[in-house]
Formats: sequence, structure tokens, C-alpha cells
Amino acid sequence: MKPFTFERATSPEQAVSAFAAQPHARFLAGGTNLVDLMKLGVETPAHLIDVSKLPLNDIEPTPEGGLRVGANVRNSDLAAHTAVCRDYPALAQALLSGASGQLRNLATTGGNLLQRTRCPYFQDLTAPCNKREPGAGCSAREGVNRDMAVLGHSEHCVATHPSDMAVALAAYDAEVELLGPEGDRTVPAADFHRLPGDSPERDTVLRPGELISHVTLPPPPPGARAAYRKARDRASYAFALASAAAVLALDGDGTVRHAALAFGGVAHRPWRARTAEEMLIGSRADAETFARAADAELAVARPLSDNAFKVPLARNVAVHLLTTLAETPDRPAGS
Amino acid sequence: MIPQRTATSSTLTLHVNDTAHTVTVDHRATLLDVLREQLDLTGSKKGCDHGQCGACTVLLEGRRANSCLLLAVAHDGAHLTTVEGLGDEERPHPLQQAFHERDAFQCGYCTPGQIVSGVGMLCEAAEGHPSHATRREELQRATGAPAELDRDEIRERMSGNLCRCGAYPHIVEAIEDVREHVGGGTDHASRRTEEVTA
Repeated sequence: MKPFTFERATSPEQAVSAFAAQPHARFLAGGTNLVDLMKLGVETPAHLIDVSKLPLNDIEPTPEGGLRVGANVRNSDLAAHTAVCRDYPALAQALLSGASGQLRNLATTGGNLLQRTRCPYFQDLTAPCNKREPGAGCSAREGVNRDMAVLGHSEHCVATHPSDMAVALAAYDAEVELLGPEGDRTVPAADFHRLPGDSPERDTVLRPGELISHVTLPPPPPGARAAYRKARDRASYAFALASAAAVLALDGDGTVRHAALAFGGVAHRPWRARTAEEMLIGSRADAETFARAADAELAVARPLSDNAFKVPLARNVAVHLLTTLAETPDRPAGS
Repeated sequence: MIPQRTATSSTLTLHVNDTAHTVTVDHRATLLDVLREQLDLTGSKKGCDHGQCGACTVLLEGRRANSCLLLAVAHDGAHLTTVEGLGDEERPHPLQQAFHERDAFQCGYCTPGQIVSGVGMLCEAAEGHPSHATRREELQRATGAPAELDRDEIRERMSGNLCRCGAYPHIVEAIEDVREHVGGGTDHASRRTEEVTA
């Protein structure tokens, strides 16, 4: 690890100014990914700005009936929060399906969004990687690519984004609040991460020096059921091969009134399935409809040599999830 | 004499097992490094050093955490409990006793992390934290009542601690033995730590 200087930020605004004064700085929150990448030599900051003690650790109801989550709220606290479990179960499930108990106690909401890909070539300094070193080439595309993307990848990068939480946030139409040297702004969670294109070194639309302050969840659609389902190589403590978050609301006659579906583990960002959603809304909520919609969404998949299995896996995860939700009895009013 | 802070090192105080220690650390040092190399507390083990195996698990402010991923410089004033703080040969922690009685280890390298993680996990369950093994209907009821720990729940909640010897069945049994008695604020882990000048 390279030596670095350190400061503890005194306010979110001070953290942003401190970053602007230090071109090779990084913000440190839970550190579960950043410290690991520093050990590997992938991240080599000259200065760390510790934002973990900033007062961004509240979960508050919004006037609209949603929830505003501070960037420093730990993954374990968010997953155990009564209002999250009750009103945003897909988010609680996504968080609980990620990492381990120890890691969830450290990892923050903001840091979870900013974690880097677990592509083994990205983490291996001896392997060319366009994400780590633009222009070096991609070792994964023709390498061991079983865990890589099947949607939205480019000739420059086939990495996936590893977050489960971000997939649920995309399906719930959450928004990410940012503080930056040029002012504050809000970005939809579904648009926060980007596809690699010809600049895979950029995971997100975050501008240099911007700090995530909050994530805001809108009120869940009336009568919506939601869940997160994850397929992986072992039953616990593994990244997704394919996962899906779904929010589904039905009319009394069994037609779909609201559908939001997002895939994880298959692209450089949570993959919001807009094509499938359009097909679902107004259609009858049954397994056949769900399968048609999932197939239409995944028709644009371009699997690599070793990961064609991910396409039917993602399809089956989504169809099972939506079918389960459609068959869930309505919760009693007011519960 | 305490060395002065430099650009890439700092002096800070850690409260470990109810004792305050003032140490000067290179910014690159993790809490695990400081515990083992500066405080001579070698119970916490360096397994993978990447947050994957759980052998370095400590309680940070009463909650389990991978000490190999925590930069010491970011934890000035923190309160830690290591396996040494849970109990000793004369007065073992109930979970240490259960590991002994159930033969819940073979080589023993992962054991301190397993035990500290088990104590932290039982406190989380007592506080009503759900897990991936919790059914959706139950999750959504969100009563905050202590979680019932069957074997699936224990295995899921302990998945951050790997055992290369494969002692998992006995580890689960040891935790089952104490699940009614640990957690809920009565054990060593959650007792208030008091400042003692080193």
C-alpha cells in the first residue's frame, strides 16, 4: 500500500472543499472495498478524507411518504430498519443477500453504490484492464468470463457491477443526492451507474469531487408487492450470477398496474428492464406474460464464450420472482 | 516518549477490552495489525487479509467487524472487544465453553473469529435484525422482536466466517447451545467499556 495523508472531515461541505484541494484524494467511509483495493494496489490515493463520522446516518420519513437515507447508514442498519422491512422489502432482502454480517455492519449506503467491480482482472495488477488503466485492453473479454456481463457491455469492458442494494434502489425509483464543488444535484438511482462504452474507468455519473449525501426512496406504489431474488454459486456470501428486484402492483381483475423490474449481476450497472415493464403494464399477471416480457428484455443479450447460461438464469429468476409476487395475497389494509 | 504525528502517521487512542492504549500508527496500518503487532493481542487472526474469511473478526462498538479492513487511523477513540476480552481460561465466555464442549474446531485458526462473530451475531439476533434466511412475510412484519435462530439462520448469519477444516456442524451446535443465553445486552460483548489509562 502507498503511504497517504489523512484527515477527518468536519462537515459534508468541508469534505467537498477538502477533496477539491487534493487531486489524488479519496473519500473513506466503511472502507470495505476501498481499503481492500488499496492493499491490492488498484487504488493508490495520496490523501484520504474520512467521511464516516459525518452526521449522514439517519433514516427519516419524507413529507411525500418515502424515506430519506443518509449516505453513512450502515447496510445492516438499513436492512433491519422497520420501515424498510415493511415498505421496501426488496431493498431489505437485497442488502441481506449481500456480503457477510461483519461486512454489512461496516459498509455504508453511499459506499455500497460506489463499490467497484469484482472482475478478477480489474483486481490483478499484472493483467491489462481498461477500467483500471484506460487503453490497456480488456483481459476478461477473451479470458475467464463466466461471471461477466451479458447486457450492455462494450469491446472495452465486460465487467458487472456487484451491488445487490443498487438493483433494488433502481427498481424502487430511488434518487441519489450529491454534494459537489459545482453545487448539489439529484440523480435517479437507475441512471447513477453507467454502461462502459469507451470509458469503462467511469463506473458512475459522479463528477470529480462529488460526495453522496443521501438516497431517497419515493413512497412505494399503492398495493405494491416487492422482492429480491438472487442466484449465486453458493447459498450465502457470494456475488450474484444473476439477480432481480421487482415491484409489482395488480388491479382487482389481475392485470398489472405497476411493474418495475431490475436485473443484477448481468451488466455494468443495475439493468432496469424497461422493455419488459412496458409489456407487463396492462397485461394479465401470469407466468406466461412474465416469461414473454423477460424474453423480450433479454433478446438484446450478447453472452460471451463462457456465460451464455446467464441469459436463461436471469429469465428464470425474473419469472419466478414475478410469479411469486403475483400469487402473494394482499396484505390487510393499514398493515 | 510518544513520537510526533507525521504526514503519514498519527497518534491515537484505542479502547481495547476495557483498556485504553495510545499508539502511533502508520496510516496504512489496520486495526488487526495494531492489535497483533503493537498491543500483543494475537487472538485475532490474519487469514485472508481481504475481508473474506472472518478470522480477524472483532467487536467494534459492540458490533462484529473485519478488523483487517479497518484503518486504525480512522478509529481514534474507538472501543474494541477482541477474543481476549470475552473470557480467559479461568472464566471462559459461554460460547468459548460451548466450542470446547462441542469440539467445534480442528486446527483452531478460525476459532477466535468464529467465537467473536458468534457473540456479535447473537446480539444482532437479540436486537431483531433479520437475515437472508428470514421469510419475506416475517421480514415485512418487522416487529423488532428477537430473531428465532434455527440451523438455517445460524448458518446464514455465520457465513462470513470460513473454516478450512470444515468444523461447521459442531460450530452450529455450539452456537445452538448458547443462543438462549448470549445477546440481549447481558453478555461481555455489550457491557459498557470504561476508560482506563494505559
